[in-house]
Amino acid sequence: MSVSEQPPSLYASREPIFPKRVSGNYRRLKWIIMIVTLGIYYVTPWIRWDRGAKLPDQAVLVDLANRRFFFFWIEIWPHEFYFVAGLLIMAGLGLFLFTSALGRVWCGYTCPQTVWTDLFILVERWVEGDRNARIRLLRQKWDARKARLRITKWTAWFAIAVATGGAWVFYFADAPTLLHDLVTFQAPLVAYSTVGILTATTFIFGGFMREQICVYMCPWPRIQAAMMDEDTITVAYRSWRGEPRGKHRRKHVEVAETTHTADAISQREAPKDAPVLGDCIDCNACVNVCPMGIDIRDGQQLECITCALCIDACNEIMDKVGKPRGLIDYMALTDEEHEKSGKTPIPVLRHILRPRTILYTVLWAGVGVGLVAALFLREDISVTVAPIRNPVYVTMSDGTIRNTYDVRLRNKHGEDRPYLITVEADDSFAVELEGSDSQTVMVPADSTMLQRVYIMAAPGTGPATSDRTDLWIHVEDTVSEEAVEKSTVFNGKEAK
Amino acid sequence: MSNHSDKTHQGDVPTTGHSWDGIEEYDNPMPRWWLIVFYICIGWGAVYTLLMPSWPGLTGAWPGLLGFSTRGQVAEEMARFSEANAAIDAELAQTDLAAIVSDPELNGYAVNAGAAVFRTWCAQCHGSGAAGAVGFPSLLDDDWLWGGDLESIHYTVTHGIRNETDDEARYSEMPVFGEMLNASEIAALANYVMSLSGEPQDASLVEQGSQLFADNCVACHQEGGVGDRSVGAPNLSDAIWLYGGDYDSIVESITYARFGVMPNWNARLTESQIRAVTAYVHGLGGGE
Repeated sequence: MSVSEQPPSLYASREPIFPKRVSGNYRRLKWIIMIVTLGIYYVTPWIRWDRGAKLPDQAVLVDLANRRFFFFWIEIWPHEFYFVAGLLIMAGLGLFLFTSALGRVWCGYTCPQTVWTDLFILVERWVEGDRNARIRLLRQKWDARKARLRITKWTAWFAIAVATGGAWVFYFADAPTLLHDLVTFQAPLVAYSTVGILTATTFIFGGFMREQICVYMCPWPRIQAAMMDEDTITVAYRSWRGEPRGKHRRKHVEVAETTHTADAISQREAPKDAPVLGDCIDCNACVNVCPMGIDIRDGQQLECITCALCIDACNEIMDKVGKPRGLIDYMALTDEEHEKSGKTPIPVLRHILRPRTILYTVLWAGVGVGLVAALFLREDISVTVAPIRNPVYVTMSDGTIRNTYDVRLRNKHGEDRPYLITVEADDSFAVELEGSDSQTVMVPADSTMLQRVYIMAAPGTGPATSDRTDLWIHVEDTVSEEAVEKSTVFNGKEAK
Repeated sequence: MSNHSDKTHQGDVPTTGHSWDGIEEYDNPMPRWWLIVFYICIGWGAVYTLLMPSWPGLTGAWPGLLGFSTRGQVAEEMARFSEANAAIDAELAQTDLAAIVSDPELNGYAVNAGAAVFRTWCAQCHGSGAAGAVGFPSLLDDDWLWGGDLESIHYTVTHGIRNETDDEARYSEMPVFGEMLNASEIAALANYVMSLSGEPQDASLVEQGSQLFADNCVACHQEGGVGDRSVGAPNLSDAIWLYGGDYDSIVESITYARFGVMPNWNARLTESQIRAVTAYVHGLGGGE
């Protein structure tokens, strides 16, 4: 047991991280993804979509009160919740696929925690300056300038947080109306509390908690670590090329510029009085840009979200010192081992295309194709039939046997539609609707209607005297002529 | 956790000293914010048990300073619903029965409220599906002893049948024919009654029974046994039998008579509840 003289502290305060500005291909990709994802999030509720007078004209709307989900031309009803379940399964399989192929790309590029933290760091850099300025600002005593900078930064963060929390509630109500109600203090309390909670979480998580969320709170790092294998592409440091690291290596050693393989390095000749140094000049550029505050040269670790900023930072340095790029690079564990032993690494495509990822893709696509097929096959008219079993039949005064059915009629059109209810069977039945003289009932636009239907068999006929008779309740929208049929049974009074 | 430079490698973190197959466990300290949240939770827990019902005692649990109870919550909720429904209840109690049924909103409320009233007060005898039982009429069919229109149903529910607690209760009494007729006469009568709606057990007795029916029964059950709703005399010529349509049941009904009772619900239900249950029963499929 390694007991030191001083017992270890029970807790540690967060060590602040000051990610340095970096430019490069991955940084550019991350900016683009940030603009696209945040754009989708903030703008979507404001897109209008005309669905007629009786339905909301918001393109994406989760209407909890009326139990509807609108997504452009698609309208999901509660009984079609399997679409949501299917999308969740696809999201799960998609995560398996991306994690086994490309590691934690979700974490590094598209996770809201990453995207908003990135945005908050951007604001921080604009207000307080880059890494060194921010470190100085933290260490200096409070004065007017520090207070001004801090307040400016927090105000900007808070504005972003309010916009973020605010945008969320617009998905659940008509956005222009709700915005008007929010600013005139007429919105429901639940809207204000939702905005308040999401503003607080955005402000605290993006501004202060940052990597602590990923390291201590998020389950993904643990789950994803279990889903990666030696073929998974992750961010890694070519230690065989970089080590032993050291500063001012140009003075000591000349390395063949063209052949950067392990063999070439072992063969190179160093001056007698200098140690043989690798390509890593130990400039700490990769550490300084890391939003998680880790050193990628220590190897793959739990904190690493594979955001690839260290790749950009190192490439910049390699260009400056005249060495080839890729000392830190996206690569698989097997590549690292192959390169170390002098073999040719496996092409990227062969890492990605392996039985495991192909299986995930097939499953993912299968669920997707199933959902799309279900979307196109579903009817605008839908019916469920529930025979009343208490009692199973009623004897009328003239001996007629009557069965009762609760028929739920759904009209997904934006206008009222007349539905004609008939019975299809080998035997003859009479049909009556409760509260109506005809067999046609008007179903209001975009709603469900419960209609009680009586089906009668004349005394002495087959259905009236037998236990079970199959029949089909046929419902037709007399305007569009769409029709559906539901099979059910008629219970008669069996002669003893 | 955060390694800013290679000066603080993880090798510097002490281990717990536990070792399994050479695998050791770092003894990393907890983040300070985590510890603060932990203390806040302990504080929250203490305050919560003080405010809410919690600690068990010898005679009962500590009620909590806020006086919260789930029973009280239900009572509050019920009071809130009653208050919310007060306006429509008042309207229901004043509106003409025919007008209730023709107003979709009022009828919707009445039918749903009536279903709740029915399940609470009526289902014990008439069944939860209103299908009735022997001696308790089915409310689903088109056969009514005292009338199946809204006004008749309303009167029956309000005042009841053959009870001693309401002077306006519907009343009639079938004589005990076992004291007036002999067994062979009753057998003949039963065969005649069966012939009204189907096959008699002994066709040779129908003629004699017809004469006995004319002498003893037509006053209430009318010519041909079609019944009389003004005295609650059942229709004997249809397919529906309250006490059974077989020979033995009919003989028993004639010999000992029947005397079904129903409470007067004006003593227990409000006018709006009575109107609601009237609308519900009327809409069960047999309403006239």
